[in-house]
Amino acid sequence: MAITTNYRTRSDAVPLRSFKAKGRPSAIAGVGVYAPDKIITNFDLEKMMDTSDKWITERTGIRRRHIAEPGTTTFELATKAARSALDAAGVSPKDLDMILVGTSSPDGPFPSVACRIQNELDAPGAVAWDTLAACTSFVYALSIADSFIATERADTVLVVGAEVLSRMLDYSDRGTAVIFGDGAGAAVVRSAPKGAGFLSWCLGSDGRGYAQVTAGNIEKGAYAAKDPAPFIDMVGPDVFKFAVDIFIRQATEVCQAAGVGLDEIDLWVPHQANFRIIDAAARRIGLPIERVAVNIDEFGNTSSASIPLALEEAIRKGRVKSGDHVLLAGFGSGLTWGATLMKWA
Amino acid sequence: MPMASQLNFKELQDLAGEILGVDPDQVQMDKSFQRDLAADSLDLVELIAAIEDKYDVELPDSELENMKIIADLWKFLEQKTAERLEA
Repeated sequence: MAITTNYRTRSDAVPLRSFKAKGRPSAIAGVGVYAPDKIITNFDLEKMMDTSDKWITERTGIRRRHIAEPGTTTFELATKAARSALDAAGVSPKDLDMILVGTSSPDGPFPSVACRIQNELDAPGAVAWDTLAACTSFVYALSIADSFIATERADTVLVVGAEVLSRMLDYSDRGTAVIFGDGAGAAVVRSAPKGAGFLSWCLGSDGRGYAQVTAGNIEKGAYAAKDPAPFIDMVGPDVFKFAVDIFIRQATEVCQAAGVGLDEIDLWVPHQANFRIIDAAARRIGLPIERVAVNIDEFGNTSSASIPLALEEAIRKGRVKSGDHVLLAGFGSGLTWGATLMKWA
Repeated sequence: MPMASQLNFKELQDLAGEILGVDPDQVQMDKSFQRDLAADSLDLVELIAAIEDKYDVELPDSELENMKIIADLWKFLEQKTAERLEA
């Protein structure tokens, strides 16, 4: 049931930055995904730590998560998703002007995952780099693609979100170990006819919340402290509050910037962090859950890969039609957030 | 928007009932969020956010852990109402 009270912005909230897309329009021309075969269910986790299927399902909506085998790299998952997206878009690697990878779990500080993909795909004409904005990485990377296409500095951009988060999990911490999973998703972004594709953006960061979601020794730095295991740590209730809040505000902002009503959103593809966050925000935005893409039950929170994983599933199931208003929205550590409203080309 | 000066317990019962997924009549002053209403920490955060919107008040994060029973929440709303009338 929709909750009908007006939304109230908290007094300490940062003002949001949103804008209507300008210049040459761009759109997603194809999406591809890859998730490792190995699955860990809640029942498997019951045997590993003090938790239960009921506890995990009720609090998060997660039932399974895909986990990379030891030795499998983020680069490998990313490349498989990238190939699939290129196929879906009918684009050759030779046509790529840019490869952007959003990841919080690169295989090392450098070289970038993007350069490894460039080499593997043989895309010599592309400039390639990684973007790190935790779970918002994919939306930030999409916004870079849109900007370069808008200003005619690129025609075809490959954007990938890929994570092997299982390596950053402490399996004695039931608060975080049950939440995250591994996977990858990719989108090819190309120039589009006027009025189609990305209509508006809302991007932002609030570094005051840097300690809410962390990996490794943040005060000394994981490298400087020679942190052997930079585990993910999270202040659950604070993140919950921030997340619901920012989902509502972003949806309102991008719709306003594009001149589209909230009730005209045909599909919302939110970052899959926790079903309770998605559900609470959807009710407050006034979106029936039938218009929300949810697959957190299958993948858990895959950070930068979660939006393309959910979008690809929605496309495959015929939930996205030409002309539909599709809202992508993410938030993550930093704190960071980003959303875009698209008119599906 | 209802002003806090028109505090109405029935309204709070309905809101809490809807968000916590319980019968509004179960929402009584002496009921514990956790024990009686089976609300976990996320339910409570969600309820507070809805109350902040509805009554145009703000609960500091540090106060959240003091909210044990419905009466704690009611007292907080009453106090905010009093502050507003004085202002």
